[in-house]
Amino acid sequence: MEKTWNNKAWFLVLPVLLLVAFSAAIPLMTVVNYSVQDTFGNNAFFWAGTDWFDDILHSARFWEALQRNLLFSFIILAIEIPLGIFIALNMPKKGIGVPVCLVLMALPLLIPWNVVGTIWQVFGRVDIGLLGHTLAALGIDYNYVRDPLDAWITVVVMDVWHWTSLVVLLCYAGLVSIPDAYYQAAKIDGASRWSVFRYIQLPKMKRVLLIAVLLRFMDSFMIYTEPFVVTGGGPGNSTTFLSIDLVKTAVGQFDLGPAAAMSIVYFLIILLLSWIFYTVMTSSDADN
Amino acid sequence: MARTIKYKPAGNLSWLVSTIYIIFLLLPIYWLVNMSFKENSEITGAFSLWPQNPTLRNYMVIFTDPSWYNGYINSIIYVALNTTISVLAALPAAYAFSRYRFLGDKHLFFWLLTNRMAPPAVFALPFFQLYSAFGLIDTHIAVALAHCLFNVPLAVWILEGFMSGVPKEIDETAYIDGYSFPRFFVKIFMPLIASGIGVAAFFCFMFSWVELLLARTLTTTAAKPISAIMTRTVSASGMDWGVLAAAGVLTIVPGALVIYFVRNYIAKGFALGRV
Amino acid sequence: MSFSWMAWTLPTALFFLTILALLIGMSVWEYFAPGGAPRVGILRFETTRGDRLFISLLGAAFIHLAWLGLIGPNLWWALALAVVYAIGVFRFV
Repeated sequence: MEKTWNNKAWFLVLPVLLLVAFSAAIPLMTVVNYSVQDTFGNNAFFWAGTDWFDDILHSARFWEALQRNLLFSFIILAIEIPLGIFIALNMPKKGIGVPVCLVLMALPLLIPWNVVGTIWQVFGRVDIGLLGHTLAALGIDYNYVRDPLDAWITVVVMDVWHWTSLVVLLCYAGLVSIPDAYYQAAKIDGASRWSVFRYIQLPKMKRVLLIAVLLRFMDSFMIYTEPFVVTGGGPGNSTTFLSIDLVKTAVGQFDLGPAAAMSIVYFLIILLLSWIFYTVMTSSDADN
Repeated sequence: MARTIKYKPAGNLSWLVSTIYIIFLLLPIYWLVNMSFKENSEITGAFSLWPQNPTLRNYMVIFTDPSWYNGYINSIIYVALNTTISVLAALPAAYAFSRYRFLGDKHLFFWLLTNRMAPPAVFALPFFQLYSAFGLIDTHIAVALAHCLFNVPLAVWILEGFMSGVPKEIDETAYIDGYSFPRFFVKIFMPLIASGIGVAAFFCFMFSWVELLLARTLTTTAAKPISAIMTRTVSASGMDWGVLAAAGVLTIVPGALVIYFVRNYIAKGFALGRV
Repeated sequence: MSFSWMAWTLPTALFFLTILALLIGMSVWEYFAPGGAPRVGILRFETTRGDRLFISLLGAAFIHLAWLGLIGPNLWWALALAVVYAIGVFRFV
């Protein structure tokens, strides 16, 4: 649509601008202020320069949490994206199956995140959970409270359970936009199942897949509630992701300076990712 | 006949994939529902696939104990406040983005996106300080405003997507007919994007409903949401698993009730209106 | 209500005033030369000068962090490097 140039449109944006300034700009400025100061009591601040940043950048704890987060996001994408495409390709395209699938598959997306944690916390317990109990009955030694690997597997399976449907629904939205004529042309040409996927379905899904990858990457990069409820970051620090570490420092110990410095480093990473997301998305908007 | 031919994998087993996946999704939820109808002695003692002595005791606890049901009331109050604020603020802004170009529009749009993408953990500490300074800690409005951080951008993005689908000729015709902007917006434009407003409201409701971190940080007792009450129970010794399960089931109900009406827009909402 | 909890200091105030001044400067520039001078640079997608400012600032932040993490706490050199980088961005991106 051709848009008119009109700077008075700023007045329409004003409410949003004020709200976001109040809930984003002021807090972020405060974080910057805190990050260069030290505090011992209430509202007594001392200049600390870049010490906190220095600490963060040389702290093994921060880098380990970052690595865990990146590893987690990578595993999540490697599982959820192919699985999501596969399920979307096999979803019914018409009939009563469509609304049934859509509604049931979307269900995990609408569950409060702490309840997702609770569900899996219960489900995985050896004494009272179906999964834990079944695994124990099969003779598999599984305990997510004590074993770091088991904790990781639980958190990953939980995320797959929680979010794969998003990839499915996005891919499905891309697939249903393909006109029937495409398939018929492929049929006449005697195209194989694989070439239909490779040359018709995949190109049509390219855009939604891009969105799915970026959304899943960013949301898994700031995951907090679900692992917090299930494992509390443990055993040890094995499932302490960046957000969990940050909240521990900020709200648990109330270490304003280090928490603020860590927030800024974290936020800069997110800012870079959001910018990539936005650039990719608007340039593919322009292509369409 | 030819029209109904679809490409399906060998053996025509595509329905099996969806079915297995849905079973995988429903099994943990079933387990929670199952537990909510059991007595604690049965949960920890005997292992059973369905309740041997079905009981409503767990639900009775929640509906009679104020510390539980107040959690739901608190959650509903701040979620409703947040949804109202977010959609009302987003409507004119989304119109501006969908119809006009103005100085810095793209950068403002991007800034809104970064707020949707920013981890709430980053904002937990400054929010606590900010709302303490205004004396708003432990009030519903504090949580409602804090959730605007990600819900206002979300609403703007979703509504902008819907508004761009309305041809601009409609605006121009209305202005020629002598409609003022507010009258045109309320009388003509809003009915046209009614489904968009519904979808935006649904997603604001949902994201505010599922969020725990900020809601927990900003409340202590009077406005404590149900999600925070649940985590407190988790850390207490001597777990009441049955009540916890019942509380969990009750938080799923609102989403499950309305999901049918927005089923075709779910992908759109999660993709910020960009599908 | 007071603002003491925000813990303003002179350096951070100067920092934000600089950002504000940059934004105002960009708006004035835009007013006198509208359109934002879009072009396709070495990143192979279209950028306006607002985008180039953003890339410069974000890059500058990462340059400072990298300097602090890898070399040392004397950030004036990092600032100089960031300025060189920003000039590069405005010239080539």
